[in-house]
Amino acid sequence: MSKERTRILVVDDEEIVRESLSGWLAKDGYTLATAHDGPTALQMLREGRWSILLVDLKMPGMDGLQVLEAAKQAQKDVAVVIMTAYATVETAVEAMKAGAYDYLVKPFDPEELSLMMVKIVAQQTLVRENVLLRKVLKREFHFRDMVSKNPTMHRMFDLARSAARSQSTILILGESGTGKELLARAIHAESPRQASPFVAVSCAALTETLLESELFGHERGSFTGAVARRKGRFELAHGGTLFLDEIGDISPKLQLDLLRVLEERKLVRVGGADPVDIDVRIIAATNRDLKKAVAEGQFREDLFYRLNVIPILLPPLRERREDIPLLVEHFLERLGVETDRQIEGVSADALAALMRHDWPGNVRELRNVLERGMVVAKDPMIQPEDLGLSASGIKPESHDPGLTLDEVERRHITLVLQHAGGNVTQAARTLDIDRVTLYNKIRKYGLRRGDDDGFNA
Amino acid sequence: MAADVHIWWIGADAADDRLMDAVRERTAVAFHIHARLYRHGDRPHQAFDPRRGQHSSTAILKWLIGRDQPGRRTLAVTDADLFIPVLTFVYGEAQLGGRAAVVSTARLGVEQGGRHDPALVADRIVKECVHELGHTFGLLHCDTPGCVMRRSINLIEVDAKTMTLCGPCEARYRELREKDGHHEQGTHAHPRG
Repeated sequence: MSKERTRILVVDDEEIVRESLSGWLAKDGYTLATAHDGPTALQMLREGRWSILLVDLKMPGMDGLQVLEAAKQAQKDVAVVIMTAYATVETAVEAMKAGAYDYLVKPFDPEELSLMMVKIVAQQTLVRENVLLRKVLKREFHFRDMVSKNPTMHRMFDLARSAARSQSTILILGESGTGKELLARAIHAESPRQASPFVAVSCAALTETLLESELFGHERGSFTGAVARRKGRFELAHGGTLFLDEIGDISPKLQLDLLRVLEERKLVRVGGADPVDIDVRIIAATNRDLKKAVAEGQFREDLFYRLNVIPILLPPLRERREDIPLLVEHFLERLGVETDRQIEGVSADALAALMRHDWPGNVRELRNVLERGMVVAKDPMIQPEDLGLSASGIKPESHDPGLTLDEVERRHITLVLQHAGGNVTQAARTLDIDRVTLYNKIRKYGLRRGDDDGFNA
Repeated sequence: MAADVHIWWIGADAADDRLMDAVRERTAVAFHIHARLYRHGDRPHQAFDPRRGQHSSTAILKWLIGRDQPGRRTLAVTDADLFIPVLTFVYGEAQLGGRAAVVSTARLGVEQGGRHDPALVADRIVKECVHELGHTFGLLHCDTPGCVMRRSINLIEVDAKTMTLCGPCEARYRELREKDGHHEQGTHAHPRG
């Protein structure tokens, strides 16, 4: 930053000090202003941005340390230098603790003052450059809300950008937690349909009948509970994008219904007779090997080809470990805003632990681990123990004979879900129950969070 | 012809005529101005601060401005040690874009290694005089190595600079003089006038 743009505010109750210091520093080309007391200085801080504050420690009314504290609250990045006539260790320690950049004992050596100003300006310039570079880097590594510097991911971003401009159906393949819905949303946001709705349906979370009604809507009285006509997700997404998550888990009957809708671009509501035209761009996603499912006769081949027009593969996090530091920074920034907690970062040991972990739940698991770390951390840096990552990735739970069956079930499901990194499909497999049952239990025990970042398959 | 700048020895000891003449000549050359030596027995005694045992450079500037000097600018040279309230010492002080400047010889004579070299000391005094006078013309500190307007906070830095303005400072000086309504008047003035 140029010297003219470095604004220095001299706060001293003695006019002669204000005049001589500002006169001295003005010749260096800095922009100077003076304040005769703390309240005036704080008013000036509220009205404009200042790079450096030179504050006298002893002033009537509000003293230098009080000005320092208030200044730091008003403008976090301002460098405050305390000037004191007496060099006492206590004062120096107190000033530094309160966040002063440094202190000067009056009268001070001209060399000391000039060097300090130059040092502060250089440091502030570096910080600003760093922020700017990070922004540039982030732009480079971003595709909407997705962040990566992995070459495979970048090729995928390019493909997704091109695909977004087309009307073709997209099939997103990837393990749970790799960000399939995030990618679908990004594609929608980049597409000509961005102004129209983006509607997401998790096909595994509902029973066949409910999913059918959810997708295609129903007429009044078409089944018990259908008290009014209801539009399905296809109709709600009219003009926009319909995201069908966990498409590999739908029943053979629904596979056929879906195929018809995709082929004819028309649907008939459950219990209805009249076809309804639909204009929807389909993005489907699955964590299953659909080709294998086709080969095993579990998934219709014709539907597979109808969906597999532009396949996009999202690699698991363990195959792009170089993204972990970038993702950590990205999530800490976001979580900081969401939780209103300021965390400086993760310690080197904690980052090493994050790099070592296998991430079965992928990026979602990383986010959850960091959220936990942020809540648990006692100091500004998240430490390895704050992350709750055990060597095996699963923590042993003690069994209390006094627990009810429900409580044991709740705890066990929580544990398995944690182990699966929030991956419901994987957790259901471990628990040997179907996903719908697991979803019901998650709802029953209030394990699922209200937002989209909760447990998903 | 009226002088653009008066150069005035206000020290306690007798003036070193050769030194003062060198200051006059070099400032005239550096700023293309008409400079002349001014002699008067008045001294700024009230600028002395007994607590610090030094003279306040700011008080000297006020004293200089308060005197009705015929020259447009006054550059005072003194053997008194100067300070401004927050700094331990200064080599000199000037009103930025003003009428008065003062330079002290007190701290410009100490050699590294203790060797006395009158020519080197004279050069330092001249450099600081040109520097402070530059401030009265509105010039700020310059980062160009060698430029007389470069800030020097110790003798090594004083010795490292030349007696002249660098290209950009020279251009800036001309620009400031133009603005000030001095259409290169000094360019044609005889330096010894």
